[in-house]
Amino acid sequence: MNAPLNLAELRPGFSEPVGDSQSVFRALLTATAQPGTRVEVGKALAPPVGLNQAAAAVLLTLADQDTLVWLEPSLRGGAIESWLRFHTSCPLTDHAEEAAFAVVSHEGLAAQMLSGFNQGDAKYPDLATTVIVMMPDLEAGPNLVLEGPGIETIAEIAPQGLPESFWAERSDLVAHFQFGIDVMMCAEATLVSIPRTTRIQTKGE
Amino acid sequence: MAYVAVKGGERAITNAHTWLGEVRRGDTSVPELSVAQIREQMSLAVDRVMAEGSCYDPDLAALAIKQARGDLPEAIFLLRAYRTTLPRFGATTPIETANMAVQRRVSAAFKDIPGGQVLGPTFDYTHRLLDFKLAAEGGHEVPPAQVSEEIMPTQLATIAQVFAHEGLLEGDPVTDTSEQPYDLTREPMAFPADRDQRLQALARGDEGFLLSLAYSSQRGWGSTHPLCGEIRMGEVSVGFTPDELGFEIELADLPMTECIMLSGFAGSAEQAPQYTRGYGLTFGHNERKAMSMSIVDRALRGRELGEEGQAPCQDEEFVLYHSDVVEASGFVQHLKLPHYVDFQADLQFLRRLRREFFDAKAKALAEQTAHMKEAAE
Amino acid sequence: MTVTEAPARPNAAPEDRYYTYAYLDEQTKRMIRRAILKALAIPGYQVPFGSREMPVPYGWGTGGIQLTAAIIGPEDVYKCIDQGADDTTNAVSIRRFFATVADVATTEDTSEATIIQSRHRIPEQPLADGQIMVFQVPQPEPLRGLEPRETETRAMHAYAEYGLQYVSLYENISAYGRIAATAGYPVMIDERYLMSPSPIPKFDNPKMHMNPAILLFGAGREKRIYAVPPFTRVRSLDFEDYPFETQSWDEVCALCGANDSYLDEVVLDDKGQHMFVCSDSHYCADRREKGHAGPMAGHALAHIETEIAAEEV
Repeated sequence: MNAPLNLAELRPGFSEPVGDSQSVFRALLTATAQPGTRVEVGKALAPPVGLNQAAAAVLLTLADQDTLVWLEPSLRGGAIESWLRFHTSCPLTDHAEEAAFAVVSHEGLAAQMLSGFNQGDAKYPDLATTVIVMMPDLEAGPNLVLEGPGIETIAEIAPQGLPESFWAERSDLVAHFQFGIDVMMCAEATLVSIPRTTRIQTKGE
Repeated sequence: MAYVAVKGGERAITNAHTWLGEVRRGDTSVPELSVAQIREQMSLAVDRVMAEGSCYDPDLAALAIKQARGDLPEAIFLLRAYRTTLPRFGATTPIETANMAVQRRVSAAFKDIPGGQVLGPTFDYTHRLLDFKLAAEGGHEVPPAQVSEEIMPTQLATIAQVFAHEGLLEGDPVTDTSEQPYDLTREPMAFPADRDQRLQALARGDEGFLLSLAYSSQRGWGSTHPLCGEIRMGEVSVGFTPDELGFEIELADLPMTECIMLSGFAGSAEQAPQYTRGYGLTFGHNERKAMSMSIVDRALRGRELGEEGQAPCQDEEFVLYHSDVVEASGFVQHLKLPHYVDFQADLQFLRRLRREFFDAKAKALAEQTAHMKEAAE
Repeated sequence: MTVTEAPARPNAAPEDRYYTYAYLDEQTKRMIRRAILKALAIPGYQVPFGSREMPVPYGWGTGGIQLTAAIIGPEDVYKCIDQGADDTTNAVSIRRFFATVADVATTEDTSEATIIQSRHRIPEQPLADGQIMVFQVPQPEPLRGLEPRETETRAMHAYAEYGLQYVSLYENISAYGRIAATAGYPVMIDERYLMSPSPIPKFDNPKMHMNPAILLFGAGREKRIYAVPPFTRVRSLDFEDYPFETQSWDEVCALCGANDSYLDEVVLDDKGQHMFVCSDSHYCADRREKGHAGPMAGHALAHIETEIAAEEV
């Protein structure tokens, strides 16, 4: 089973769990309902090194004993794992395809195909993995134009540090809607949600 | 004016509830019922509320019955709504009914079975004559039942154990404890339903609905030719293994009623003919429920046993989706909420259809008259 | 209409503080929140969720109440309507519930509300960006009337097999010369999932198309949550030669004279006398306040509404 937790160096979670998770959830609701919208979450958090504030806020808000979480291998075994298990009680999995939530850094994406995550079932597409991607910045990278449900005309974002193949890979997966993955991109305390319905054009820097 | 009643508002609700409280209490010259009196003297009502309320707590069940003015589905609802706010620690270890401290145990399959037939506190064989001695207020002594000199064995062989050496009856299914059991209080119904989900739904199911389904099966609507293998009632020890301890602790001894119903099975190419079983289990003492449940459980095993059945009691979706009294009662009674917006939409449509109907008739009549006129001219 | 002040939690009666904020425990809220996000990611798809028993009966808004409880915070301004009206008993009861357990301010004003919970209507006043509309849904499955089995209908959605629905509409046309559905008229979401808009009159269907608000649907008894994100295509099913049409009235609202709102018929006596009034009570009151008057302006009904509203404050 799981190794014992090292509580000595454990960093705190939300200071007001009920109120904080409610306000973070509302930000996630806005972000997911309106893909491309930048929301601020987890500004007050000091998560363990390697986990950024937004990703930490999402996990504290949504993960618990009923959700299997997959962490990129480099995030396993240390402070992040202890912090997550202590604050959310979530079980961790080694199998990306069974994860409800996956946490991966932009560097870690090089070793993890998006098709390795759960794409959902024809009858239960909601079982698809929510992939939390951590990156340095959401505005300094190449320009992306977003369209689809939740977006009145177009939205624009510029995430930095993603592997070149990322958007093509994603686009292949979500082409088979209702299958697909839902992505939450996190940079420090900023988050953009890209559900599988969003159509993305990568042209134009 | 009806419209005003609908626009009741907050004061109307408060007043209605105050009135309800008054009616609940009834004539104040009659002493008020205590929760303890209900718990002790209406124990079968308490048992039903706990069983369908999915919560073992005789005091809360008695309180719910008092608050609900004796309306058991309402009391079940109150207990469920309370239960759902409680934290869930996990699932108990599977109970062992073979170790039940039996108060009652009968089998219809044998004249006598190892351990014997034990009648226990039963309505069976009472003559249903109103007992006017009970109408007298207090004073009469309740004679104690005679205690047998024979000591009850701590373990009474189950019907499956009785048959085990011959393989005439399918064995007790072994519970896979490595998997968490399905929990309908946390997850919605899903199909096809496995045994754990089915039994939980039936255990929470409305007694009247299951009784009628079982009865329909007996009358040929999906008959499983049931034979009552065994009913036992008594206290069973319930244990729980907390993660942090790693060993089982005993939580309580709870009274339960269990029923194993036997049904014939002709066998298949791979399997020798043998008796199959339906299973029923409830909190407290409730044989009607446990027996009905076991008949319906067996009827619902059609898919697993390769039986083709079309009767209501054999239809998993029909039975499991409609057995919950809280869901059924809520939805039937929601019809008394205002629906005037949809009704207006319907009315408009109906008026339009009627107008067209009468216009068409009038037009046809006019044409006919014109035609007759022409012919006459 | 004014916003009532949110009561301070420390002053709540001890029996009200017994339950946690917004009634649901945190684990249940998380489960519902996860379902909501998936519902938004797959617009129109019904996400199964572990619906809980609520302190109101199934069929009386338990789905909507669970959605609201999972999203609401002390900053919210909450409006609750039933049949379009703020003062129907069940709406009053649910509004009081959230004022008590979630310490929120409540309002009747559609534009002031951040969360609008509704049974059977979408308000007349257009919704705005940032608002959340929560619908109470008795039967989430649009195909249920045609196919009682969940296993079958789930497969139909999985493979977008909606032929049965079109056949049924077509049979309507043969029988009545038009599509008979008047409320709960089925819609196609982003050209993929067939969805029940809940029993709103089809009059309200066009309001969902490219609506700026988040539309959340909760069916407690049936244990399903679904959603329409803002700015999403919502198409009411129809045929080229039988296009979708909404209800209209020859009458105007007897109290405020509105000719663009959904009207309720009020029976005045048993001799066929009736009047038509706005189903959206706030819309009507607001218009009257601004000086609009219908043919029966000043009728007792108008006074009853103001009287009740005054009492509630």
